[in-house]
Amino acid sequence: MNVILIAVISLGAIGLISAIVLYVCSKKFAVHEDARIAQVAAVLPQANCGGCGYPGCAGFAGACVKAADAGSLEGKLCPVGGASVMEKVAAILGMEAVVTEPKVAVVRCNGTCENRPRTNVYDGARTCAIANATATGETGCAFGCLGCGDCVAACGFDAIRMNPDMGLPEVDEEKCTACGGCVKACPRHIIELRPKGKKGRRMVVRCVNKDKGPIANKVCAVSCIGCGKCVKVCEFEAITLEANLAYIEPQKCRLCRKCEDACPKNAIQAMNFPPRKPKVEESSEPKA
Amino acid sequence: MKTFKIGGVHPAENKLSAGKAIVTLGLPKQAVFPLSQHIGAPATAIVKKGDVVKVGTKIAEAGGFVSAPIFSSVSGKVNKIDTVIDASSYRKPAIYIDVVGDEWEEGIDRSQDLVTTCDLTPEQIVAKIKDAGVVGMGGACFPCHVKLCPPPGAKAECVIINAVECEPYLTADHRLMLEKPEQILVGVSLLMKAAKVGKGYIGIENNKPDAIKLLTEKAKAYPHIEIVPLKVKYPQGGEKQLVDAVINRQVPAPPAIPVNVGAIVQNVGTAYAVYEAVMKNKPLFERVVTVTGHSLPNPSNFLTRMGTPMSQLIDAAGGMPEDTAKIIGGGPMMGKALMNAEVPICKGSSGVLLMNDKEASRAKEQPCIRCAKCVGACPMGLEPFLLATLSELKEWERLEKEGVMSCIECGSCQFTCPSHRYLLDYIRYGKTTVGGIIRARNAKK
Amino acid sequence: MANKLIVSLSPHVHGGDSIQKNMYGVLIALVPALLVSFYMFGLGALAVTLTSVAACLFFEWAITKYILKRECSTLSDGSAAITGVLLAFNVPSNLPIWIIIIGALVAIGIGKMTFGGLGCNPFNPALVGRIFLLISFPVQMTTWPVAGQLLAYTDVNTAATPLALMQQGNLSELPDTLSLFLGNHAGSLGEISALALLLGGAYLLWKKIITWHIPVSILATVFVFAGIMWLVNPAEYASPFVHLFAGGLMLGAIFMATDYVTSPMSHKGQIIYGVCIGFLTMLIRLFGAYPEGMSFAIFIMNAFTPLINTYCKPKRFGEVVKK
Repeated sequence: MNVILIAVISLGAIGLISAIVLYVCSKKFAVHEDARIAQVAAVLPQANCGGCGYPGCAGFAGACVKAADAGSLEGKLCPVGGASVMEKVAAILGMEAVVTEPKVAVVRCNGTCENRPRTNVYDGARTCAIANATATGETGCAFGCLGCGDCVAACGFDAIRMNPDMGLPEVDEEKCTACGGCVKACPRHIIELRPKGKKGRRMVVRCVNKDKGPIANKVCAVSCIGCGKCVKVCEFEAITLEANLAYIEPQKCRLCRKCEDACPKNAIQAMNFPPRKPKVEESSEPKA
Repeated sequence: MKTFKIGGVHPAENKLSAGKAIVTLGLPKQAVFPLSQHIGAPATAIVKKGDVVKVGTKIAEAGGFVSAPIFSSVSGKVNKIDTVIDASSYRKPAIYIDVVGDEWEEGIDRSQDLVTTCDLTPEQIVAKIKDAGVVGMGGACFPCHVKLCPPPGAKAECVIINAVECEPYLTADHRLMLEKPEQILVGVSLLMKAAKVGKGYIGIENNKPDAIKLLTEKAKAYPHIEIVPLKVKYPQGGEKQLVDAVINRQVPAPPAIPVNVGAIVQNVGTAYAVYEAVMKNKPLFERVVTVTGHSLPNPSNFLTRMGTPMSQLIDAAGGMPEDTAKIIGGGPMMGKALMNAEVPICKGSSGVLLMNDKEASRAKEQPCIRCAKCVGACPMGLEPFLLATLSELKEWERLEKEGVMSCIECGSCQFTCPSHRYLLDYIRYGKTTVGGIIRARNAKK
Repeated sequence: MANKLIVSLSPHVHGGDSIQKNMYGVLIALVPALLVSFYMFGLGALAVTLTSVAACLFFEWAITKYILKRECSTLSDGSAAITGVLLAFNVPSNLPIWIIIIGALVAIGIGKMTFGGLGCNPFNPALVGRIFLLISFPVQMTTWPVAGQLLAYTDVNTAATPLALMQQGNLSELPDTLSLFLGNHAGSLGEISALALLLGGAYLLWKKIITWHIPVSILATVFVFAGIMWLVNPAEYASPFVHLFAGGLMLGAIFMATDYVTSPMSHKGQIIYGVCIGFLTMLIRLFGAYPEGMSFAIFIMNAFTPLINTYCKPKRFGEVVKK
């Protein structure tokens, strides 16, 4: 009897003390979190990709709540969830959703095995970050894709894959969420996030080679040689030429495709346009 | 016998050309001078297309304090100022000169007579070295005059001459010591005078007994210069390792440099260049280059004008072997693999090494078995396996704490790894990235 | 020039060391002890060793191919063979074949491949197998045959090992130190001859496969610990030489504790690791329930290896000057 009593009392005492300690701790160290943060986080994709620029979805949720308190959700975009998720977030916070143009990753190098002959063989760790330290790498082009697939490894959505025949990564535009992981991973800054454009159509200079024309010309069949013909032909001043390299500003481009025809090296590519019918002036229709 | 205390490895020496006397190489048809042949700001071209230059004409001015001017090694006409892929495999601005004849600038003493007397002040010597474009000839190409002007707070006590040549295959320094011992000793005394120190050491590994014997004999006339024979161990030619081996002082972690413990380290080739610059008025435009390799018919040491394409050296050594799979600028431990043989010889080109297809390719990477051999081999007392893993995981903060910036990229870890892991590839990537982070942080302050 | 030039980063040469060289070096070092065990235990030793090695190789191959679905490149490196030999060395020579196979499955399957294969296992695989067998089959694992029955296998006469005698307090029945040293006594297959194991150890040191730090610190600790106890009470405690040469101490100190994967990386850490193993071994031998503590001591210290690695860093170049 005594034994049972002692056991019950001692266990009860331990339980009581623990309860008090727990209670004090929960009061003393309680963290007051805005309930809306959890609500917002619940509608986010929980991919924690960091594409929004914040550390994970919880961080983004906190930033959205703060921004809502400050008055506007402008500039806050979950690239993965896109407009639909941002609408839900805005609804939770009682705000207007600010429409942001959807973007997609674009590989600005067309140096396939065919276009850009391999002059050397790289022997070492198969990662671009390290292959980049060999300066020029396997080809004569010190700017183009190294082909080791750091972007593929960085993609959390299986949206970018290496094409073994071309030796270049290809973006699956359906899956791409424009989180920017591949952009950061590429040591040569080839991948760019560009607005998707109407029906996904856009004009891109698929080259980042800043060497002078003759050198760029020699190393790759489809390199930009900085001749400036595209700049002259563009009616909307959408093309700039800097350091022997043309760049099409997506905001100004009206998709007339004149530059594509003007480029002597086929460095400018029209993406997702329907195939051209021969001899029909479809290209001159401006899609404004 | 002295040597450094931590780590080290013993690569096969392969000094194929050690017995070959230095041969003067013929002039190239066209010489190419990259504008950044040294650490620091690139030089700025002061000639333009069509200008006529002579041997020894200054063609590019130093781009800052840590920089060096560049001199033409040939006479002729400037063809163009364009770019060239240099030994770093980067495309860099360069001056192309078409060679016509061999006409030298006035004032260069071309006689072989030994000049020993010098009544210049230390400041004048430094100025002369600076104006002659002398940089470290061991490979890092740090401008020589910068090292002779210690930063505030540091005081030089001795000059240590690096005649170790610990890289396998290379013999350029070895031959230079055998053929120009007195000039080197005069060069060392000039360096000592310029740095205002009373003691000079020449560290030589004991795989060059003939050079040790010859220099010891000649150095009897120079009581302040001591020849220090060193036990063979790679990377003894590393600045910090050499200071440790010769005067038993350890240079602290970066940003400390050898002069913080009182030592100024210069390569033996630099000492010779200093002699020529100060005593003979001859700026730095030629150097001894080892051309070597097992498949090469005739490994040699050439006295070569800067700007000569490496292919010309290879042809002079018997022509490019059919089975060449890799061309390395420098030695096999720290040299860079070149894209092609048209890379011009620069101030830092100590050697051209041709590897055949059997030697060239790396073995397949296998899993780390944690044998700790890399830890034992690291001359800086780091843990290479850990640094490589952290770098692979992009843990930059921890990488910095584990001392990645102390890495001297000597390659001992990768050399010794039984799993053939690409340790240095990853560590170098980590070091570059962490270095960038540190610079950005310092810039913010 | 027929080929495209290779571009790669320095260094461009390699010392020629390889996993295979190290692993086969260990196997060569194990040969003297193997020969002694064949000489002492005959057929049984042969059967146990062959089964163990074959089973380890088979499980490594099968797991890599069918469960991990990787290319089977680790089979030829010799690491599984070493696990097999070490497992065999740690069991009595009259152990039935099916028990050995279970031991090999546990050693390779649970001890090694679960963690990702070579280089990833926190514990020495052979030890995992051995400890599993010792706990699961205590009777079979602790009946040791008397040395010298060459043609018998499971039907041998058995005897107590020196350590079991010590445990029971029968110090007077202990074999003399010389026969302990040479290996003429009952015990596990490969642990009996200290001389053969020391020969193997000398070979490993000569080939620079191991460094002296771990074995020497273990042996020295055991010697000092046992020596103190012996000086205090020679009637109750055996002499330090008996402790050095009896049981699995030599085998453990030279071959098991020095396993690359599971031992610390820095020399300082290796010495701490060795001293702790020696200390734990003696604690278990003198005061524990089991007569032999070597395998448990190594096992426990394997678990501490990551901690030792974190806190025992090699001395960096120039550190002294800074402080």
